[in-house]
Amino acid sequence: MYVAVKGGERAIENAHRLLAHERRGDRDVPEVSLAQISEQLSLGVDRVMTEGSLYDRELAALAIKQARGDLIEAIFLVRAFRATLPRFGATEPVDTGAMQVRRRVSSTFKDIPGGQILGPTFDYTHRLLDPLLAEGFAPETPATGEASTGATPRVTDILGRDGLIEPSPVAEADAPVGDLTREPLNFPADRDLRLQNLARADEGFLLALGYSSQRGYGRNHPFAGEIRFGEVEVEFMAEDVGFAVPLGSIALTECQMVNQFKGSATEAPCFTRGYGLAFGQSERKTMSMALVDRSLRARELGEEVIAPGQDEEFVMSHSDNVQATGFVEHLKLPHYVDFQSELGLLRKLRKEFAEANEAPQMQEAAE
Amino acid sequence: MAGNESLANENGGQARRKAVMAVLAHSATADIAGHLATLALPVHEDLRAPENGLVMVRGRVGGDGAPFNLGEATVSRAAVRLSTGEVGFGYTLGRDREKARLIALCDAMVQSVELAGAIEAQVVAPLRAAMIERRNRKVAEAAATRVDFYTLVRGEG
Repeated sequence: MYVAVKGGERAIENAHRLLAHERRGDRDVPEVSLAQISEQLSLGVDRVMTEGSLYDRELAALAIKQARGDLIEAIFLVRAFRATLPRFGATEPVDTGAMQVRRRVSSTFKDIPGGQILGPTFDYTHRLLDPLLAEGFAPETPATGEASTGATPRVTDILGRDGLIEPSPVAEADAPVGDLTREPLNFPADRDLRLQNLARADEGFLLALGYSSQRGYGRNHPFAGEIRFGEVEVEFMAEDVGFAVPLGSIALTECQMVNQFKGSATEAPCFTRGYGLAFGQSERKTMSMALVDRSLRARELGEEVIAPGQDEEFVMSHSDNVQATGFVEHLKLPHYVDFQSELGLLRKLRKEFAEANEAPQMQEAAE
Repeated sequence: MAGNESLANENGGQARRKAVMAVLAHSATADIAGHLATLALPVHEDLRAPENGLVMVRGRVGGDGAPFNLGEATVSRAAVRLSTGEVGFGYTLGRDREKARLIALCDAMVQSVELAGAIEAQVVAPLRAAMIERRNRKVAEAAATRVDFYTLVRGEG
């Protein structure tokens, strides 16, 4: 029960003033700029864009600054901002096959057309803290190499030519694309809604679920068919212009997981797939997303649903860190009246308990 | 026949406008403005005042399957009309309304027989060259990280 209580305005105002002061930190230290956050904490910006569900580097950097580096708070700020702008429509689906690839690796084939391109990666670093970075460090300019002239097709497309892997599900003509920002979630949910939910989902939650599915809570130990990161062109069918207009490009990471499938009475054995896609360079996120996307296909593929990562209602209802933080953190808001009523009830129960225990004792004493 | 010809012309015109829009969307506002400043701009008015909004970015299941909603992106758009009647549209990612207006102005000029040559030569061509150079540099940086596998031969067989 919520009851309006007045008071505390001065305290709140001063608390926010103190927050602004603490956010700034020691004023002898230069203030961090949005460009610095965007350029030098770029993976944090990518995460806020992905889970905030809004591609805008500058806004994500502002949110990180305002939230003092608390990324979930920053995601919350970005989600709230979204609601202030009108939506013009939906883009044409992006073509990740035509990506300007900056990184592309496959754990299934050594020799893939276009090659294995490591790009800017933490992989194979020694994870030793680098004291040079503490002192201000100008890195070497990157090495350059000769670009291959061929295309970099998706690895799953190569497997698909021999029918060794299931094809991607094709949309029914004119079927609407589910949008969980517009309609309330209902179960069972189709894969389009599941992927939208997973794309916005908390990285840590998906990481833990994906990990649990690898460890045996739902058998799911795939190969990373391909991970690619780079720029894709975005086009928007503008009714006023009369054709699909180019909007520029966005950075995306895509992960294709390849899983075993033993086949069924009607289908030959083939590899199945899990899919992950996220804004920016978000490799752990897309890998986790692809693991969970595949484990959520358990029912569709006739697998026994025994683990949390296979339960779409469990996963989709708890994946959103803005919703989750709202419900967890609301516990700290005043519940004075609720608590008073609980306290009154408890006193009454204890009194009844004491009276019930006293009565036989008195009877014993009388005998 | 005449109908087909005009359709082909229209498609050709659209393809040219689209190619110009792509270059401009990839360019910085200051660079577009800088190159436009070298031209005598035609008389024009805002048909739609520049505004900010969102588009829902879509991906495809598995990269090539049914579409799904990935997340939104900020966009800006504007429309401009030249005094000679050509209507230009500007759309771009981000919240820079001035960039959308400049793209709309360029799009209108591209459709004008008198202005199309100048806008291509003075604005689009240099911006396209800079865009290709940026892209090639990124491709070359990535190419240097391509793995060359070699096989270690063990024993004498």
